[in-house]
Amino acid sequence: MNPAMVASNGVFFVASKIVEPLAEASFDGTNGLEPRLAVSWTGSDDGLSVTFKLRDGVKWHDGKPFTSADVAFSAIEIWKPLQNLGRIVFKDLEAVETPDNLTAVFRFSRPTPFQLVRNALPALTSVVPRHIYEGTDIAANPANTAPVGTGPFRFGEHKPGEYYKLVRNEDYWHKDQPKLDEILYRVLPDRAAAANAIEADEIQLAAFSAVPLADLERISKIEGIAVVTTGYEALTYQLIVEINHRRKELADLKVRRAIAHAIDRDYVVRTIFLGHATASTGPVPRNDTQFYTGDVPSYPYDVAKANALLDEAGYRRDTNGRRFTLKLLPAPYFNETRQFGDYLRQALAEIGIDAQLVSNDAAAHQKAVYTDHEFDLAIAPPVFRGDPAISTTILARSGTPDGVPFSNQGGYVNSELDNLIDRAAVTLDEQARIALYQEFQRKVVDDLPFINVVEWNFITVSRWSVKNVSNNPRWAVSNWADTAIEP
Amino acid sequence: MNRALRLIGRRLLGAIPVLAIVIVGTFLLLELAPGDAVDAYIASTGGDAAMISALRESWGLNQSASARFWLFVSRLAQGDLGWSVSFSRPVLDVILERLPRTLLLMGSATALSFALGSLFGVMAGARPGSLRDRFLSVTSLALYAMPSFWLGLVLSVIFAVNLRWFPLSGFETIASNRVGLDRASDIAIHLALPVIALGLVYMALYMRVMRAGMAEVWREDFVRALIARGFSHGRIVRHIARNALLPLTTMLGVQAAVMLGGSVVIESVFAIPGLGRLTQEAVAGRDTPLLLGIILVSALFVVAVNLVIDLVYAWLDPRIGASGETL
Repeated sequence: MNPAMVASNGVFFVASKIVEPLAEASFDGTNGLEPRLAVSWTGSDDGLSVTFKLRDGVKWHDGKPFTSADVAFSAIEIWKPLQNLGRIVFKDLEAVETPDNLTAVFRFSRPTPFQLVRNALPALTSVVPRHIYEGTDIAANPANTAPVGTGPFRFGEHKPGEYYKLVRNEDYWHKDQPKLDEILYRVLPDRAAAANAIEADEIQLAAFSAVPLADLERISKIEGIAVVTTGYEALTYQLIVEINHRRKELADLKVRRAIAHAIDRDYVVRTIFLGHATASTGPVPRNDTQFYTGDVPSYPYDVAKANALLDEAGYRRDTNGRRFTLKLLPAPYFNETRQFGDYLRQALAEIGIDAQLVSNDAAAHQKAVYTDHEFDLAIAPPVFRGDPAISTTILARSGTPDGVPFSNQGGYVNSELDNLIDRAAVTLDEQARIALYQEFQRKVVDDLPFINVVEWNFITVSRWSVKNVSNNPRWAVSNWADTAIEP
Repeated sequence: MNRALRLIGRRLLGAIPVLAIVIVGTFLLLELAPGDAVDAYIASTGGDAAMISALRESWGLNQSASARFWLFVSRLAQGDLGWSVSFSRPVLDVILERLPRTLLLMGSATALSFALGSLFGVMAGARPGSLRDRFLSVTSLALYAMPSFWLGLVLSVIFAVNLRWFPLSGFETIASNRVGLDRASDIAIHLALPVIALGLVYMALYMRVMRAGMAEVWREDFVRALIARGFSHGRIVRHIARNALLPLTTMLGVQAAVMLGGSVVIESVFAIPGLGRLTQEAVAGRDTPLLLGIILVSALFVVAVNLVIDLVYAWLDPRIGASGETL
């Protein structure tokens, strides 16, 4: 429950109301951002420093003042060494200078693109209080389970498996916020129960598609309930097929292209996601406003072509109509990833590839795919977090140590692509950087280290009484300071 | 009384090897399952190689299986169940928080199924083969054939969503700080639907046993004697029912174990944070100490229930106590 340490949506969903980042994603702000704990941010031309001006008059929930020392401590002691995503983005962060209480200057040892730092602000820069963490074992600090922050809500109570309770912060820096007195998060393990609970008005909001897709049509017709499909634009999930390039058949580009041609993306969108998804063109989702390009090779659904490619590659059908057998491991994290596993097995059967489904739970899947590499094809749901350098290029870059989830564990090595990724990581000029990432998209789609199938955003179901739902692109994981209930 | 004490002592001694086997077996099974607690954690958060190895070290997972097992056993000998990595709390605290809820849910459901089951069993067994018997048998079997989660969902759609007579889910109104009777009635109304769902499904078992027992006793000589002496039908049924009650008590002991595990789905459907869901969470999180703790507590519970059943048995039928001595 420490968002400075674990930058994941599961943690943010609750903790983002208590602990705030330097800036939040925004639909209409400059560069898609609006200020939170920082009021302005400027990058130097050489890419070696970024200066943050901090908000005045902010207090921690225990009454102590928030200062630049807290930002420096969070960045150097937590984001860089401990945070799952910060380890990548802040790897060259050398020091944070604090010339006064409201200025923090980040110094980098190597040029770090300002655009990347900016794009990382909402998810990677949750600031925690130095006076509570300094000199303690950070991983074991009690504030990790009962967070202390500057946000509109204070941590109230947590009953594991039952609920989280957050209460209004009377001293919030935004004078007439928050609008709610209390937020109660209820744990509803059964997904059908979530739909019933909102229908019975026992809960007023169900985020992150807690209500199953199949229930949406029915529930959207009920008076007083709204189905909201916006508010997740900055957390786009991608459905990809991970490929183990150690298998000689899969090391052959023709085979990978044949598989890409065998997948009917529109069918997947229609039947598995019931229309709540978009067919992907490449590794950057279409709804990204900075980097996306549609100018990439495409693999339209074409079984005949897929079969021809496999014949050409020399994998002829045997007497049973089979070319070869593969082990297919769908990630268990979503219904949709499992269902796509069933679909892919059938789609591959059409082109003579016999895929054997191996179903694991989360721990076993993590070990089989990312540590032991005991898979031929796997299905994964990585997240695009507003900048390809945060969690996207790692899917293709070689040299990642074993065990890292949602990274290139398929043994794919392409020095040309590696060079491109490394160059983009230190390119400061924004236009040049964007051009490099567009080249990255073209190369990935051309050579298929993995196959992008569809991308989707979650859905919120809320009662009409809840106001200001989904008013920013990370709404479910933002601070809800302006969320209100009006009968 | 002396005899009862000796029975208790012998049972407790006999429980030790059972518990040992359960512990070793659970540990080995969890070792065989691919992935460890760090894999389960990383799967939900992401992280890099340095973070993964740091976690393995701080959670003690870089040690060999035998070293970890030895550590667990030596702590257990000192009465310490260990530390749950997925909850970051002592195992005992986590279990003690969940156990009372499951016991309450399970106890109420058992009581309901036992009461209704024996009542309908008597009604059906009073005239085996009658229309009433057939109707009750078919109905109870139909209920037994229903998955409890489905029955739970149907009940909650009707009574919680549409009629709104009962709350939909949870153990009590959350964060309401109720105390005393107020809290008790709040819990009762929350548990009504899950208890009914669980109780109805298991009712058939008791009913079948009761009915079968009675049908058998009808053929006993003493029944013929009672009829010959002109006893009323009602009085004869009472005699028969008392005789058919013994197998039902056995059933109760067996069911205690089944219901402990069987409440997982009902706990999920009604969002009751009990032991069943905790077990599932422990397995998914590969939280070995927690799972071992749960298994240990459950095994102790089953041993205790069966001990009580034995004592009740001895009290109901003195002949059994005598033979129990020689066992």
